[in-house]
Amino acid sequence: MISTRALCLKIGQRTLVERLDWTVNGGECWCIIGRNGAGKTTLLRALAGMREADAGSVAIKGRPLADWPLAQLARLRAYLPQARSDAFSYRVLETVLAARHPYHAQRYWEDSDDHAIAMAALASMEVAHLVRRDVRSLSGGERQRVAIAAMLAQDTPLLLLDEPANALDLAHQVSLMRLIARLCREQGKAAVTIGHDLNLAHACSHALLLMGDGGWQAGPIDDVMTAPALSRYLGHPIEIVVHGGRRIFVPVQDDA
Amino acid sequence: MQQFFRDPRQRAIVIVSVLVVLAVASLGLSGMIGSVALSLPELHGALRALVHGGADSMAATLLELRLSRAMVAFVTGAALSLAGVMMQALLRNPLADPYVLGISAGASVGALLALLLMGALWMVDAAAFGGAVAVAMMLYVLARRDIAGGAAAAGGASVLLLTGVILSSACMALVTLMLSIAPESRLRGMVFWMIGDLAGAPLRGLPWLVLAGAMVFALRSARALNVLALHAESAATLGVPVGALRKALFFCSGVLTASAVTSAGSIGFVGLIVPHACRFAFGPDHRLLLPVATLAGGTFLVLADILARTLLAPQQLPVGVVTALIGAPFFLYQLHQLRRA
Repeated sequence: MISTRALCLKIGQRTLVERLDWTVNGGECWCIIGRNGAGKTTLLRALAGMREADAGSVAIKGRPLADWPLAQLARLRAYLPQARSDAFSYRVLETVLAARHPYHAQRYWEDSDDHAIAMAALASMEVAHLVRRDVRSLSGGERQRVAIAAMLAQDTPLLLLDEPANALDLAHQVSLMRLIARLCREQGKAAVTIGHDLNLAHACSHALLLMGDGGWQAGPIDDVMTAPALSRYLGHPIEIVVHGGRRIFVPVQDDA
Repeated sequence: MQQFFRDPRQRAIVIVSVLVVLAVASLGLSGMIGSVALSLPELHGALRALVHGGADSMAATLLELRLSRAMVAFVTGAALSLAGVMMQALLRNPLADPYVLGISAGASVGALLALLLMGALWMVDAAAFGGAVAVAMMLYVLARRDIAGGAAAAGGASVLLLTGVILSSACMALVTLMLSIAPESRLRGMVFWMIGDLAGAPLRGLPWLVLAGAMVFALRSARALNVLALHAESAATLGVPVGALRKALFFCSGVLTASAVTSAGSIGFVGLIVPHACRFAFGPDHRLLLPVATLAGGTFLVLADILARTLLAPQQLPVGVVTALIGAPFFLYQLHQLRRA
């Protein structure tokens, strides 16, 4: 679905990612984990085509990002930014309908099929009851769920999500990650998610990309999610506890 | 307020039709009202005389004068309002107006210089247009990366906005300088130009062409404008060419503003409160907002000009005074509502 070859990303003199060779296939659900400032968002923006690579390349379906027309690309991958600012008082439904933009070069108004898709997306994020609300009046978590619904309405085979669990309560964090895993499993979508919750990542992702200080490690979740690797990339000792057949990741308490 | 499950097409058609009727009615009203009032039958007769070519009766002459002034008011108000919507979308700030980037201040420098040097009317207009274009070009050069949507675009186009504010205040310093050295006899004309005055503004074809061109662009990119207003830089991931669209918005609102201030001086508040009021009443969807704000802006300025002509008759006020007197309290009220929300 999407792959990087010898990808390098820099900010100023600092190297965030060094020679990243990485492939995400359809049906795979990846999680990116790393410390603050490790370059997770920069990498996701590069995957989305919103940032140029400093070296190397990113390709979707084998074709370099720069060679795709914007409109076609918009039907292939959707991107959820970490934060958003609402300058105007759009209604919830309008923000979700706007995500149908890439499909309608010819239409001036959306049609009933767009409405059906938008309402289904809102329902899947349990925000259908907010449909007429002004987005600026929503709570942080509600706004985040509406944004994810808009992303689902864009209906692309590749989903790039920057900390989608931000501001969500525990129940919605779990149901969101389950939804993403299900979309990958049942519809063959590919998802790349940035997160900070190790247990959630372990429960819902197939594969993991760890990154920090220019280095990276990628692979199936159980191969990469080891105590030494996590401790190294997160800069804090991590312990793995097995409880009722589940692996649980806990930070080691300093006995100072 | 907004009924979503009714067809948006029907809603748009109804609203736009009502506004077209109101616009025509405001033009008719401005033909009837004045130092000599014309009744409806007189208006009808005079209109027929005008259409058939011979404006020989007094009524027909009056109507011609009033209508041409009202038409200038309409095209100016429509252009300012449309430019306001575009500028607000470009800066992603509902409190922006067509003048915030200093394009009108540049026009003021040009126009006042021509007035100071006793230029003919066409020279004043040409100088105003030249000043506006000069400031727009400086802005473009200084903030090109920001207009095209670099990293700063996500944070609300701050470089562009700040550059515009600084250029604007530099121009205003030049304006103050010219006002302070101007001889007494020319001061009144200069001040009136600054406030914005429709008296003696000639009816020309060019502003209509500019408005029509801008309207075509606006309607073609209305959907993309919604995406841009919602997502800023991330609009690119929905297939919107952010850089090109922002450049086009900047160019289009700049030309509209230059064309409006050239024919009538810098009339304030129209480009701010009309888009604001329309957004408040009909929602922020640009597909409806753009035509609605254009029609409402034109109608608003025609009505404001009727007040300017009649409020202290026989004395004529500059129309900018009326728009500011209506606009300032209205805007404060809106601001208050915004804080409560």
